[in-house]
Amino acid sequence: MAKPKLKEHRINREWCKGCGICVHFCPKSVLELDEMDKVVAARPEDCICCKLCELRCPDLAIEIITAEKE
Amino acid sequence: MDKNIRFIQGNEVCVEGALYAGLDFFAGYPITPSTEIAEHLSSRLPRKGGKFIQMEDEIASMCAIIGASLTGKKVMTATSGPGFSLKQEALGYAIMTEIPCVIVNVQRGGPSTGLPTSVAQGDVMQARWGTHGDHAMIVLTASNHQDVFAITVEAFNLAETYRTPVVLLFDEVVGHMREKLVIPEPGVIPLVERLHTSVKDGVDYHPYLPREDGRLPMSDFGGVHRYNVTGLFHDMWGFPSSKPEIVQGLHRHLVDKIRNNVNQIMRYKEYYLDDAECVLISYGSSARSALHVVEQRRPRGERLGLLELQTLWPFPYQMIKDKCKHAKYVLVVEMNAGQVLRAVKRAVGDPERVFLANRVDGVFITPTDIRNILRIIMGKGA
Amino acid sequence: MAIKDYIRERFFPHLWCPGCGHGIVMNGMLHAIEKLGMSRNEIVMVSGIGCSSRISCYVDFHTLHTIHGRALAFATGVKLGLPELNVIVPMGDGDALAIGGNHFIHAARRNIDITAIVMNNRVYGMTGGQFSPLSGYGTKATTAPYKNIDHDFDIAQLAMAAGASFVARTTAYHVKQMTDIIRKAILHEGFSVVEILTQCPTYFGRKNKLGDAAEMMEWFKDFTTPIGSKAKKENDDLIERGIFVQKEIPEYCEEYDKIIEHAMKGS
Repeated sequence: MAKPKLKEHRINREWCKGCGICVHFCPKSVLELDEMDKVVAARPEDCICCKLCELRCPDLAIEIITAEKE
Repeated sequence: MDKNIRFIQGNEVCVEGALYAGLDFFAGYPITPSTEIAEHLSSRLPRKGGKFIQMEDEIASMCAIIGASLTGKKVMTATSGPGFSLKQEALGYAIMTEIPCVIVNVQRGGPSTGLPTSVAQGDVMQARWGTHGDHAMIVLTASNHQDVFAITVEAFNLAETYRTPVVLLFDEVVGHMREKLVIPEPGVIPLVERLHTSVKDGVDYHPYLPREDGRLPMSDFGGVHRYNVTGLFHDMWGFPSSKPEIVQGLHRHLVDKIRNNVNQIMRYKEYYLDDAECVLISYGSSARSALHVVEQRRPRGERLGLLELQTLWPFPYQMIKDKCKHAKYVLVVEMNAGQVLRAVKRAVGDPERVFLANRVDGVFITPTDIRNILRIIMGKGA
Repeated sequence: MAIKDYIRERFFPHLWCPGCGHGIVMNGMLHAIEKLGMSRNEIVMVSGIGCSSRISCYVDFHTLHTIHGRALAFATGVKLGLPELNVIVPMGDGDALAIGGNHFIHAARRNIDITAIVMNNRVYGMTGGQFSPLSGYGTKATTAPYKNIDHDFDIAQLAMAAGASFVARTTAYHVKQMTDIIRKAILHEGFSVVEILTQCPTYFGRKNKLGDAAEMMEWFKDFTTPIGSKAKKENDDLIERGIFVQKEIPEYCEEYDKIIEHAMKGS
């Protein structure tokens, strides 16, 4: 299976409550909370598409879109 | 001999009536004096492909029938006083969510454990007001086996028509006595079946939007319409809402759908009322003694009549007012401290001509008990 | 179908607090259902009352939001009424095991094919942080301001003793395991119990000084271990996670079908 290639971090800012779980557990420190306490992909180039942020988000606010997916 | 003639207990008559009405799911818990209903249904239901389940408690039984009703089944549970108390919260849920179901309460002496094997009619007000919050209720009763059968069928019909729980308020004497029942041929008593929505797949379905005639077509769980059912105040899709206009609308709908149809829901029987100077008002097994007194006194020229109530709630205030218009005396005969008495006083307007013949000692009220009161009121007779 | 196709988007963002583990459980459950490729019309979700029970409003299945503690009793009626439906019952620890404890053990005893998901956050959240039967001795709550002297019990052991044929435990941290276990629990024919330790940072976390949501999830990572692990042998205080029981025993609705078959022959 080909290694998934990141297309984008699809973040729903309306749904994100800024709990910081995704930021805390991201293995590559890709994510950050901005001044509005909403998650942003600060270093998308480091993303390994493990999707743990997507799975651990209590608000269904983050989705990892990979090249294979779309 | 006609195979449709049976000599059975009232509880078994209720079973026959429920099966005639199309019952296909029963959940219950053992309690005296209603247990025979569960016993008979455990045997009868699977024979027609229906389901019987003995749950872990009274509350669970009430909840299980509500769940099963949502899969399109006609459902019933049966209990007595203490169990009826336990079911009240879930009963309120069925009212709020408008889920058709039938609850039998074979009354015994209360409060609390009371008199488990003795007769009483003390749950009339509980049947009306047992669950919290404003609501309307349909509560039916009967005094003899032929009527128990018919009123049980009627309970299912009304539950489907109004999408509401219906309480069958029997009592220990009716439940346990044996007398003749002639089971009508199928089709003789009309049945009301579940009204299913005609809304097609992919079209917005509103489970809680009444049609013009006030009825709300349902969609079974597992079908093409996915909707929400909640005990919270909810909008026409069934989703929680606390918007005042939605709360008010649902509140009015739940009460009005029954209150505005008192005349359609009202069932009663009358004996010798045309010229009655004294109207006896009774229901359930008490009405048997009341009828005995009336029929015994009539040949002597005493102008007694009987109004036997079969719909206890919504209470037929106007009908009672009309029937008692020319009566000098109104005597309510019941086995409680005067629960229907109070409603009758309210109905007739001048409460000083309304009297009570009752027993609250677990002993069946006899014609002699009623005659003794009549003698005091009317000042004559043996 | 994508995860988003299984939810009622118009009700989002949901009402749960920031960092609440219940959202993670919903997320994991939706991923499990997506992996199974189930149709929305064949799933009924029945819930009771509490924070966790609100999950039923957010998912686009047949949903039945009932009364406190009784979800499994309603679910039993739904399942026996129409056994071909998949019935999933998410519950909080108070809903499932205090007010609903009786229904929990008896549903397990019957082995009726229902998937019970107990979201154990050790507190009553909806009412503002009172101690639950799972809070545990020595914890603090709004109704245990000095300390809680109620002992908790082990949900998995209780479920096993009551006869559940599938019993598992995982946490809101272990999301891949969670998805996998829920998927297996739904597939299992019989009563399945999945206990999921979830964090309530708002009440349990704050009252017991356990830090924010992420720190509470770190605790799940550090203080749980796979069933039968070497770590467990060395430190008995660790909480085991994984599948404790998965056995084939007669399922209630199937048994009842046999009763019907038998009764019909006799009549």
